[in-house]
Amino acid sequence: MEQAKNDTILEINDLKVIYKTDDAIVEAVNDIHLHIGKGKTLGLVGETGAGKTTTALSILRLLPSMTGHITGGEILFDGHNLLDYSEHEMQAVRGNLISMVFQDPMTSLNPVLTVGDQIAEAISLHNPDMSHEQIEAKVDETLSMVGILTSRKSDYPHQFSGGMKQRVVIAMALCCEPELLIADEPTTALDVTIQAQVLSMMRDLRDRLGTSMLMITHDLGIVAQVCDDVAVMYAGEILEAGTAEDLFLGEKHHPYTVGLFDSIPNLDSRAARLKPIPGLVPDPTDLPKGCVFSPRCSHCMEICRQQRPRTLKFGTHSIRCHLFENPEGGNADGK
Amino acid sequence: MHKYILKRIAFLIPTILGVVFIIYAIMNITPGNLGLAVLGAGATEQEIANYNHQVGYDLPFLQKYVNFLVNAVTKLDFGISYYTKQSVFAEVWPRFQLTIKLSLGGVFLAALIGVPLGIMAAVKQYSLLDTIPSVLSFFIAAIPSFVLGTVLLFVFALKLNLLPSYGINSWQSYIMPMVAIAIPPAAQNMRFTKSSMLEAIRQDYVRTARAKGAPERTVIWKHALRNALLPVVTQIGMSLGMLICGSVVVEKLFSLPGIGSLIIDRITYKDEPIIIAGTILISVCFTIIMLAVDLLYAFIDPRIRAKYSKAKE
Repeated sequence: MEQAKNDTILEINDLKVIYKTDDAIVEAVNDIHLHIGKGKTLGLVGETGAGKTTTALSILRLLPSMTGHITGGEILFDGHNLLDYSEHEMQAVRGNLISMVFQDPMTSLNPVLTVGDQIAEAISLHNPDMSHEQIEAKVDETLSMVGILTSRKSDYPHQFSGGMKQRVVIAMALCCEPELLIADEPTTALDVTIQAQVLSMMRDLRDRLGTSMLMITHDLGIVAQVCDDVAVMYAGEILEAGTAEDLFLGEKHHPYTVGLFDSIPNLDSRAARLKPIPGLVPDPTDLPKGCVFSPRCSHCMEICRQQRPRTLKFGTHSIRCHLFENPEGGNADGK
Repeated sequence: MHKYILKRIAFLIPTILGVVFIIYAIMNITPGNLGLAVLGAGATEQEIANYNHQVGYDLPFLQKYVNFLVNAVTKLDFGISYYTKQSVFAEVWPRFQLTIKLSLGGVFLAALIGVPLGIMAAVKQYSLLDTIPSVLSFFIAAIPSFVLGTVLLFVFALKLNLLPSYGINSWQSYIMPMVAIAIPPAAQNMRFTKSSMLEAIRQDYVRTARAKGAPERTVIWKHALRNALLPVVTQIGMSLGMLICGSVVVEKLFSLPGIGSLIIDRITYKDEPIIIAGTILISVCFTIIMLAVDLLYAFIDPRIRAKYSKAKE
């Protein structure tokens, strides 16, 4: 058990996040558990609005300050609870120990600063002792690492294409060699050929730097390519989690995961139409009383509407569903 | 970029020529007689005609215009005032300088008050640091300069006897007029800066800066402000133009010898050369300010700079 602790870079327990507006309280994240091992990549999968980005922003404590509130739980980074950190302490963590790549490279770079300056800023913020020359050398090194000519560091973001901008954003995130990289749908805004380039580059860099990664995506293909572990998120809850093998090859699945896989177009079966999951994501201001997926679930039982299911463990695989709550099923995790 | 600046300055020349032509033409259309104005009602018609012929007043319009232009450009000679019979330039120039000093001071003060308050209101949105200046700015923007000036006069000159109430005698004489003209644009600046900052703060690149670990101070001043500055710079440039034309009310109120009050005075005497020269100086000044604002854009925003470089080719 002690060994397991040391192997963990990030552990999230019972995290609860709400967005409070004048009209309503949005329960964006409800009691989720996540676990990322050192050097491992966790894929966080789910539809738009499932709370993936909220979870990521919570880790960095960058939720919109007026509306977003973390109301419970803990986020343990290397054994320390980030929620106890002061704002000043968080600044030393952000970009240095944990950094983030955002979804849209078009808007996530500052248009009035050169890309070199923006990368240099991240380096100088966390290495105040470095001389100007050392910082410039590090900028050059980081840029060539992501495949951008160092001669372009005095260019402005508008002079780069989308894929190149995302490389700059990745360079900015990796320049301080963080222990954890959060990638929030890093390839969603890019076109498909560039997606593949950026993704394989990220995978190479992760392997070279030994960085742990939280890969947020709605693309199961990306999960299959880069992730060691997977968590499926829906309406602010983790419905299923396990290793990539558990998800892709395992026999037991949460009906939502089954739905996700079924909705991927398949070239072999000549189906005339795609098979989407019927219904819509529930209104986060008014979540169902029982299982959050019950209104859309084809296996929905009476108990599903009444009672929130427990998380059931089958070795590395965990599923939050009443379907598997039977004598031959696994052990509930005791909570 | 340098080439572009030169090009823009070159474009200024036809603009100014056009403005001068319009002003000169309008003043020429209005009825009036130079000889009569200079020699007075006692002069005979022959004397008036002689005088007009002597100074070239009876020449055709275009010829007069060209003469005026040549004299103005080569010798800074805008003619002789009908009213005081002095050189127009000698009369207008010191007053113009005073107005410029007053307006520049006013704009500087307005920016100094308005921009930081706007930033603060945006950063501390919904707190008292936002609501108090925001509500105040609505009231103040609605108060005309002359009301404000009168109140200032009443309090600081009449009641407290701290500041001189009229004329220019020392640096203290500038304080009240500058404050009076600075307050309304300061309120405008504050509201522009606030809305522009609020927009900038919500941008993704600001979140990126925070995710880098930048302290809030750096996020605001380095990342958000520079992007928020464009509309604010426009607003400040516009208000400088408005102040140069519009400080006449305050000049009158504090009995300052500025160009606005000079033009107003001489309109009653139909002192055309003064009116023309004064109006031209103000217009030229306005076009130069607008050019400066345009160039400042390019300095702030590299995307605009890039467009300029492309336009050059």
